[in-house]
Amino acid sequence: MRYNPPSPLETPVLSRRFRLPNSQSIDTYLANDGYKAFEKATGMTQDEIIGEVKTSILRGRGGAGFPTGMKWSFVPRTSPKPKYIVVNADESEPGTCKDRLLIEFDPHQLIEGVLIAALAVGAQQGYIYIRGEFRYLIGVMDKAIDEAYAKGYLGDNIQGKGIKFHLATHSGAGAYECGEESALLESLEGKRGNPRIRPPFPAVAGCYQSPTILNNVETFCAVPSIILNGGLWFAGLGTPKNGGTRMFCLSGHVNKPGVYELPMGFNLMRMINEVGGGIRGGKKLKAVVPGGSSCPILKADECDLAMDYDTVAAAKSMLGSGGVVVLDEDTCMVKFALRIMRFYAHESCGWCIPCREGTTWLKKLLTRFHEGQGQRSDIVMIGDLSRNMLGRTFCPLGDAAAMPTIAIVEKFREEFEAHLDGKPCPHEKGSRLAA
Amino acid sequence: MADLVKFTINGQELEAPAGMLVIEAAKQNGIEIPSFCYYEGYSLQAACRMCLVEVEKMPKMQVACTLPVSAGMVIRTETDQVKLARKSTLEFLLTNHPLDCPVCDKGGECELQDMVFRYGAGESRYTETKIHVNEQQWSPVVFYDAPRCILCFRCVRACDEGMGVSALGVINRGAQSLISPNMGDHLECDECGQCIDICPVGALTSGAYRYQTRPWEMEHVGTICTHCSDGCKTTLGVRNDEIVRGNNRDRSGVNGEFLCIKGRYAFDFSESAERLQSPMIRVNGKLEEVSWSKALETIGKKFAEVKAKGGKFGVIGSNHTTNEENYYLQKFARQGLGTNNIDHQRTGDVVTLVDALSGTTGRLAKTEDFYERKAVLVIGADLSAEHPFLAFQTRANYRHHEAHVYAVTAEAVREDNMATRSVRVAKGEELAGVEGLRDALAAETELVVVFDDSIKGDKVRSLVAFGESLGIPVSYCALVDYSNSRGAIDMGLVAELNPGFHATGTAGASVDEMLAANDLAALWVVGSNPLQNAKLAASRAFVVVQDLFLTETAQRADVVLPTASAYEKNGTVTNGCGEVQRLKRASATMGAKTDLEIIGLIAKEMGLAPLMGPWLPETVYAEIRKTVKGYDIPLPLVTIGAQQTAPVNGRVGVDSRPDLIRSSHDKLFTSGTLGRYSTVLNSVIEGRQSR
Repeated sequence: MRYNPPSPLETPVLSRRFRLPNSQSIDTYLANDGYKAFEKATGMTQDEIIGEVKTSILRGRGGAGFPTGMKWSFVPRTSPKPKYIVVNADESEPGTCKDRLLIEFDPHQLIEGVLIAALAVGAQQGYIYIRGEFRYLIGVMDKAIDEAYAKGYLGDNIQGKGIKFHLATHSGAGAYECGEESALLESLEGKRGNPRIRPPFPAVAGCYQSPTILNNVETFCAVPSIILNGGLWFAGLGTPKNGGTRMFCLSGHVNKPGVYELPMGFNLMRMINEVGGGIRGGKKLKAVVPGGSSCPILKADECDLAMDYDTVAAAKSMLGSGGVVVLDEDTCMVKFALRIMRFYAHESCGWCIPCREGTTWLKKLLTRFHEGQGQRSDIVMIGDLSRNMLGRTFCPLGDAAAMPTIAIVEKFREEFEAHLDGKPCPHEKGSRLAA
Repeated sequence: MADLVKFTINGQELEAPAGMLVIEAAKQNGIEIPSFCYYEGYSLQAACRMCLVEVEKMPKMQVACTLPVSAGMVIRTETDQVKLARKSTLEFLLTNHPLDCPVCDKGGECELQDMVFRYGAGESRYTETKIHVNEQQWSPVVFYDAPRCILCFRCVRACDEGMGVSALGVINRGAQSLISPNMGDHLECDECGQCIDICPVGALTSGAYRYQTRPWEMEHVGTICTHCSDGCKTTLGVRNDEIVRGNNRDRSGVNGEFLCIKGRYAFDFSESAERLQSPMIRVNGKLEEVSWSKALETIGKKFAEVKAKGGKFGVIGSNHTTNEENYYLQKFARQGLGTNNIDHQRTGDVVTLVDALSGTTGRLAKTEDFYERKAVLVIGADLSAEHPFLAFQTRANYRHHEAHVYAVTAEAVREDNMATRSVRVAKGEELAGVEGLRDALAAETELVVVFDDSIKGDKVRSLVAFGESLGIPVSYCALVDYSNSRGAIDMGLVAELNPGFHATGTAGASVDEMLAANDLAALWVVGSNPLQNAKLAASRAFVVVQDLFLTETAQRADVVLPTASAYEKNGTVTNGCGEVQRLKRASATMGAKTDLEIIGLIAKEMGLAPLMGPWLPETVYAEIRKTVKGYDIPLPLVTIGAQQTAPVNGRVGVDSRPDLIRSSHDKLFTSGTLGRYSTVLNSVIEGRQSR
């Protein structure tokens, strides 16, 4: 895959080696600070490593934004059970495409991050769970792992320091649900990818019911820089409660879509206009999905905000997985809601009733609605059914389907009304069945 | 028991052990929290979301089925939010449900119907198309109608956790999710039907029962399964004197709701078209139908004649007949006919076990030991196939209490899957295998030992000595065949034992000896088929057979009398663990009489009615209470549930006869004569394969 041209506004930390020739190879990596953080970490205590990560205010990059250092500190290090490190590389959230680049262009950064996590809790085995559709990445990752074994950065006696750690890739089988950490663990263990009842959380009973650190690719990739440069340095890159940089995946109706590494708290309008080169064709902005398809949508007038977890949350949305989807004035919001719901209905695992039946019902309803067969009562019902899923499903997938739908129907009610009474979709002349 | 904590539900101050799930704590206090997927004894799912409740200080509603109760917890189960959640969940459930209640077997006893009635909306807002999947037949007894399925995964868990079979799983995802059988398009399993029973809706239906009746048209008769000696209670659904269904949904009896294929379906032999319905007498070498009075008169005359001449009688009893019938038969034989030549096909060495336990710390096992004892040792038997309920109990014990299970068998058995240690031995070498487990067993705190007919005679004594040497409490179960082998021994259908394990002094002839005796003048066979695999030496003996079917033995008879099956009579039976339970008449077959009545009528013909007393089960039971040690249990207690009998604690004082002990080793799909006439047992693929 080609990597998009850089933006001068970027702060390359995780992506700083992306454009080097042979960036995947361990030689390139070693020549550019590679495994130095690991070397440094071997001289630190477990508490020091976790403390440094806490200081960095690194928050989970998978979407929930839970402080990583805190998560690591929950692992009972004195437990007699083996500890595991599991990398969530099941990047499936629509609008999100950063983890694939982190693996494709700098796989050793991930390995080093995992190694440091292993030191922090005394793990000896790690797994990288890679989304099934990312089959090509398994080869990249496996090659990097082989190189790391060959150079003694993985194995029974790493760098002669008596440290034992093994790492392996595991392919998903094409289920969005397996990006949810407990479903990922079920799948990793060879079972159907249904989520687990929580508590217990993976830190206590994760992989094979043993203490497990489970983080997103981007989260692990941030760790070497944190150890090497210090938590304070990383924290200083972002805003007070949001340390570091973020890989933002800018897509949709912008002139220069791509993955850009920007400091936490970067202004969304600047991201669209200055990083992304403005709206395609000089059109007007209608709305933005700030962090992947499960986040409530922001209307154009809500977009002048800092992209960090807390500010976006204050705007009643989520920073999520960093998938920023920009929609211009020609976008049909009914069709957009339908497109999202089709995804969730397709990906619902079927475990719990509200998500399984709710997403399918909403998909059918929105399909009918977009075709011009909607009734005024349907508009209320779309919100109603979504709220009947919200907060009541087994795992967050139901919420992920409900939240954007509620936001769209509330914020763009007039577009739904414009589809009533058999009127053609105002944005889609002649292609009403395309949704 | 964990400490009690105080909490409130809907403002009511309540108490429950700390850590108990809120749904259970509520139930204990009489508050219903609805659920589909929560099922006591099986793993938690939290999938149906029906049990959402409000808990103070928690931002979202919580599922009561996974939330442990804690001190000071404030729970609300009847708020508007909770009610709306239930209503909307049911609305979601019904979107793809066919609502074909008028033609659904479950209609009237469907949990979904009841839930919608209580918690659902009166009208539907759903106007989209429904997903349809065609009905599938997975076996002669299991049908799956996917659109009715609410995906509560009870069936999957019952099969996986309960049965240890894991024949059911889930395929596809989202609204297309389906339950799927292990062979793709059909099931190969125990065919126990627990999946059907546990299904809250009409998604899994029984091939034997479907479209037969509306549930409310049946009477429900609780009685005891006649097939193996585990003594499961089966509640028969009876319509117009015909049994149409077997289950045990009220969880009464030793077995709770467990039933295997035999308990659930194999009552059907009783409805077989091949049942005898008229007495027959041999005329010119051929059996011809005659009246009851003619048949009884013939028998009475002949028996009186043989008795008068001092001729040799042989009386063979059954492993299926009731205690009352057994007692009555042996009384008739010993006191009426004046012979100790009375026996039954012995299937397990209970006699030696009782004798060997005398003076030791060991005792006979109760059924509940298999669920409660911390360790279980299985010797010889393929428990899951031959005694499915004891195996089910052992699995539940392993699942719920992490019991240690040991198996010493010749072949691989299902118990291996949970065994702490499994030992494979050559047949006959079982005790050596047990000896090899000495250290492991001695480290246990208690043990229940269950063994089949591979351990008999002196081996039983060696086993008890071994158990005694472990220094821990040990209880023992000698497995026997069919519903009342134990009762046959207790009631004295044994040549050397009177009722209650009292030695007769002079032993009569055993079954083998009767068949081999050239001078046998009359052979009276009640509910047994000794000539299936043996010859009768006395070619001129007068043979009377009471049976349901024209068995090999009946074909040799001079008089054949049609008898009622276990489901057609009242009385008591005693299971392998010595628990006495009541049979209750569910149906009737025209022309047949109970063995008790037949014995009484023959006695009457011979003028022995005053000796025998009335042939009423209750009257005979009253006599058993007085004369058979261990059976002094009031009938109302037996009516309520299984009662442990306590046989003589002391030496039995007869020679052990291991040579007479032969189990038929019926597995899941065979059951002696009765199994041959069961349509269901003969129709399932596993049954055909096992023959």
